[in-house]
Order: sequence, then C-alpha cells, then structure tokens
Amino acid sequence: MPDRITKKDYDIVVIGGGPAGLAAALKAREKGLETLVVETRDRLGGIPLQCIHPGFGIHYFKEDMTGPEFVYRFIDKLLSTDIDYTVKSYVNIAKYVSPMEKKLEIITPYGTEIVRTKTIIYAAGARERTRYEIGITGPNPAGIMTAGEAQTLMDMYGVMPGKRILIVGSGDVGLIMARRFVLEGAEVVGVVEILPYPSGLIRNVQQCLKDYGIPLLLSHMVISVKKRNGRVSSAVVVKVGENFKPIQGTETEIECDTIVIAAGLKPRTKLLESLGAQIDPRTKGPVVNEYFETTIPGVFVAGNALIINDYVDYAVEQGELAALAATKYVDEKGIRIKKPVKIILGRNMRLIVPQILTLTSDALFYGRVARPEDNVWLSFKEIGFKIPQLKVLPSIMIRQKIRLDKLKSIGTNALTVEVMPRD
Amino acid sequence: MTKQVKKIICIVCPRGCEITVELEDGKIKSIKGYSCSLGKQYAEKEVVNPERILMSTVKCVGGDLPVVSVKTAKPIPLSRMIEASKALADIVVEAPVKIGDKIVENLLGLGIDVIATRPCHKQKEE
Ligand code: SF4
Repeated sequence: MPDRITKKDYDIVVIGGGPAGLAAALKAREKGLETLVVETRDRLGGIPLQCIHPGFGIHYFKEDMTGPEFVYRFIDKLLSTDIDYTVKSYVNIAKYVSPMEKKLEIITPYGTEIVRTKTIIYAAGARERTRYEIGITGPNPAGIMTAGEAQTLMDMYGVMPGKRILIVGSGDVGLIMARRFVLEGAEVVGVVEILPYPSGLIRNVQQCLKDYGIPLLLSHMVISVKKRNGRVSSAVVVKVGENFKPIQGTETEIECDTIVIAAGLKPRTKLLESLGAQIDPRTKGPVVNEYFETTIPGVFVAGNALIINDYVDYAVEQGELAALAATKYVDEKGIRIKKPVKIILGRNMRLIVPQILTLTSDALFYGRVARPEDNVWLSFKEIGFKIPQLKVLPSIMIRQKIRLDKLKSIGTNALTVEVMPRD
Repeated sequence: MTKQVKKIICIVCPRGCEITVELEDGKIKSIKGYSCSLGKQYAEKEVVNPERILMSTVKCVGGDLPVVSVKTAKPIPLSRMIEASKALADIVVEAPVKIGDKIVENLLGLGIDVIATRPCHKQKEE
C-alpha cells in the first residue's frame, strides 16, 4: 500500500479517490490489474468524508451509516492491498497515444511523474454550481459560499460559517446543511427555491427542514445581495411566476450574514475534454457506452463525473462496473463496437446514461425524468420493454438494468427511452 | 372521542412515501400509504415519539483534523436534538480516535452513547 507511484506502467490509473474511484481500484486489483489511484485532496475518501449524516450504504452494505463510516470501509480495504496511491496529486496532462497506451503527467508532492497506462477510470466527481450560474450577480462580499464549502468548513475543520444563514437552492446538500446549521446554533432564515417543488429528496425536506421549522420558499429567487463592512448583510428575494419571471411588488429583503448556494452539481469533465471525449449537454458528463467507456477508447468514467447520482451506492456500482470493463479492455485489447445503437430521449426523459450501446453486454441505465408524473410506464420503445412506475420525480434517479438478450432484439440503430401514461 | 389524522413522510429510505395515520383518542386506528413494513414501523413510532439519529462533530486535539465526526449510536427523541447537540459542543477528545470509539456515555441520561464516525489520526511530525 505505498503512498507513492512505484511504477512507470500501469494497467489502470484511477483518477479520484472517492467512493467510485476506490471501488473501481479495489475491483481492478481483485481482477489482477496493476492499479494506481490519484487523489487531489490530502487523504483518500472524497466527499463522504465530510457527509457526517446517516443515509449511506443502505443498498451496498444493507446498513445505515454516515459518509465517513461508509467510505472508510473502502479506504481500509484499499490500504490492506498493494494498490499504489498518491494524495495531494493531480493529473496535469493526459495524452491518448494508442488504444493500449495513455500517457499521464502527474504532479505530486514529491515531483512530477510520467506514467503510462492502458486504461483510465475517471472518477473525479462533480463540482458545485456557483452563484453566477444561478444568476446571483453583483458584489462579492464575504459570506457567500457553496453548500459543499460550508460543509467542508464545518464538518472537516470545525469552523462555523455564519450566524444567520440563507440557503439558495433546495438540493440535498443544502437541506442537509440547513439542519447542521440549526443543530450548531445558527439560525437558518430560509431555503429559497426557484422551482415550484423542492429539488432535493422529500425525506430531506422532512428531516432537515420541517423537523426544525425552517421555511422553504418555493417559486422564489434571490435577485440581489447587499453588503455591510465587506460582509453579506441581506438578500432581496422575489416570487417568480411563469418562466421564472420575477413578480413585481413581491420583493422582500431578508437579513442574513451568510448565503449558502445549494444549486446542484455538475460533473467534472476538464481532463476528459482535453482528451477529446464527447460531452453530453444533458448530463453535462461524457457520452458513454454500456461499459461506461467514453468516446476515447480505454477511458472509462464512474460516479458523479459520469452522472450526478442520488446515492453513493450508485457511484460505487459504477466504479465496479467500469473496473470490470477496464479488465475486459486490457484482456481483449479494446472493446469492439459492432453496431452501435444510439439512445434517444423520448417523452418526459431529461437525461440518461449510457448514451450508446455496443450490444455486447447487459446495460445498466441511469436517468432522470423532466417533470413529476404519476402512474406511468418507463418504456424502452423499440425492444418493447416497459416497467410500471407509481411515481416518477426529477429528484429520484431511475435505475434500470436490461439484459443483453433483450437488447439484441432491437432491429434498428436507435433505442428510445420514454415515460408514457398508464391507463 | 377525538379523531386525528396525521400525515407523515417516511424517512427510512429515499423514496419518501407519504403515510397517513388515523388516530382515535391517541390510539392508532389505521395506517395507509407505506410501501414496506419498515415504513409502517416508522409511522407507528413517528406519531407517538419521533426519533432521529443525531450527527455532529467534537473537537479533537493532536489529530490530523481539528474535529472528529460523531453520531448517537441509536436514534434519540427529536425534541432533544438541539439540547443534545449543545451538550456535544464542549467535548474535547484526544487523537487518535477510531471509528466506533465511545465519545460520550449516556448522552443527557437517555441511555444512548455517542460514537465516532471518522478516524482522527495522530498528527505526523513533518
Ligand atoms: S415506506 Fe418503505 S419504501 Fe416507503 S419510504 Fe418508507 S421505507 Fe421507503
């Protein structure tokens, strides 16, 4: 378990030491691949290290754990193997040389290393959307931060970000932080959400907001931020009507010293783009086939870098699947695409991975609907496969496995996924 | 006889079923809307005595991080959450701490311990 890069050649380099990356590395090593994990932070574990609330591992370990407990199962296991890893390190340049060779320049605390690898699993996670991406422009006083930043401050370093806090966006991290703030003695003056429904899980609305009487302002947005002595002093909030247009006369000024932006996540793709991987404008992550292989042969992706997941369990699952795919790639010197099938988004489907099928393996789909709907079919049209759903919600990811024999029955080169009313 | 209808959101799993509980003189008459037995159990508890796991951090000296994350080993009454969280504010532990280490015994006399959920390693000399 050397915390070092000990070799010049690897079968697989995993970029990112969070749940998806750790799971991928463990699975790859189990299959006999020479494996290296590259992590930017000063320790392995990724985001769950700071997610100190319960709710992890219900699917994977059949146990309810906190984030650190969950991810330390993987860290401890990894440390007991001979997998190489390097922390405080990042891949500065990645070059595709040939199907069986990628060259990486890795910056580490002990110098720059050049490493060759047959495959890459990119599991660098997501970044948070910023205030500017949700239209909060204007001055930048102290006291504006993302939910993840507030979480790092509080739950890794024990620093309270403020006393009177307004949360913008009702994503799960924001809801979870609202509860943390209240429990630590701060006042949460409200959670502002532009949509008419919360974007986080309903259970988090209950256990994080309702449990503590925190107001949720649906169909509202922040139009400006005021400051005093270089620090946030208030936010002007307005009700929105159709097409998210502010309704005149509904402005209210809410006093607060801190504004926490919880506007959701976006897959990190910079390095993939530098390799020339195609990006899906819907998922904002890369276009992949059922092996979670990007359009660059031998470059796989898993976790939130692939698609923003609801559960860490899914990130782990994707990591393991990508590692098995990388093993196949190394063994068979590439994944041959016979007759690619394109996935088409049909009625009420907002996004889906994979976007391409090679029809050489079972496929595990993850997707999201565009709007809430009751009593519907999730339908894979051209193969005549449909599953009844009592309720679909944009905040709840759809996960559906389809076996190869079923997929092979397709007669065309496009497969439409759609949500259809059930009568 | 007083009738009461309580609507609750099940928090056991992310599905978040809405469960309706009918009460008569404080006794459960009917429970509807759950999708599994865990949800039914949860609803029975929730209408009488709602409970939650408390999560927090406590100070840790000499470690690689200044705080260690903790949780109650079992759910505690929702009404005691803030008080319990305050009680943890003054706790200081010393590194090293392992996952599962007992940090506080018998929190607020509830008969429930607080345990560490993240290790805190002794800070290495650079
Ligand atoms: S009732 Fe069952 S399925 Fe529904 S939220 Fe509760 S645990 Fe989940």
